[in-house]
Amino acid sequence: MEPIIIEGTPKTPTIKFDAKEGVFEIKGRSIPENSVEFYKPLVDWLEIYKESPLNKTVVNIRLEYFNTSSSKCILDVFKKLEAIHKAKNDVEVNWYYEEDDEDMLEAGEDYESIIRVPFKMIEIVE
Amino acid sequence: MSFNVEHYFSELANGNNILFYKGNIDSDLINRVLDTVEEKLAAGNEQSKLRKKVYNVLVESLQNLYHHVDKVPDDFEDQTSEKYGILAINKVDGGYKIITGNFIRSDNVDKLEEKIKRINRASHEEITELYKFILNHQRISSKGGGGLGLVDIARKTGNKLEYTFKEYDKKCSFFYLNILVGETN
Repeated sequence: MEPIIIEGTPKTPTIKFDAKEGVFEIKGRSIPENSVEFYKPLVDWLEIYKESPLNKTVVNIRLEYFNTSSSKCILDVFKKLEAIHKAKNDVEVNWYYEEDDEDMLEAGEDYESIIRVPFKMIEIVE
Repeated sequence: MSFNVEHYFSELANGNNILFYKGNIDSDLINRVLDTVEEKLAAGNEQSKLRKKVYNVLVESLQNLYHHVDKVPDDFEDQTSEKYGILAINKVDGGYKIITGNFIRSDNVDKLEEKIKRINRASHEEITELYKFILNHQRISSKGGGGLGLVDIARKTGNKLEYTFKEYDKKCSFFYLNILVGETN
């Protein structure tokens, strides 16, 4: 399966989804007006990965900003991961937030309470 | 004569203005406003926590305009803006005010007002629960909004949403939203 690699822009995050390593990364800013357009290919890709995932998948989310429209799309990404986890595969989400950014920590906790996948909250100390 | 939307806005936005804009709200404009404000916040040496809150709330305010404004009335001076909005950002004691204004069809007023009242009645914990409920249960609308913008603004600022509707003519009203983003602890 070909990896997805997308360079970040001021409004969209850097994406590295590597099926061979089982490591997926979303990093930067996610504040586009039309977030569905950006995230749909990722969700479709995960739908295919879901059919034959690695034993262990690690997901690193390291966002500086994201808008509410992205928040729904990120939930769609997590729902695919939840399905992989439910099929008895190891899935781990690392949710990074900067030390003073309680809003970003709370956002991670929102997902943790909705999605049945183990989350690790990781504080970035400068 | 119809109600002058800008006069009332100027009263609301009276103060230490760091940005003012009126006209079409498109994607490029949103980028420009975000860049400008980010530079000004950095230059103003604000704490990163406040800077992030202001930036987040500004993104939601602008995208609320982008996704939800209704068409300008036929006799309105600016007929070229497909999505007409007014925006001001003021520096106030201990934070910033973000003020927006846009046309809304009068028959949409009650629904929006009910939504705001529901948010304003809620405690912080209830807002968090409301946010999670909408996140998990509501699909992205045909307009492209997630229905979460105002809830997110109230949650991040910890303040009530101050708002006014002014009737422009029989079919159209103007909606003013006045958001305080302060230093919280």
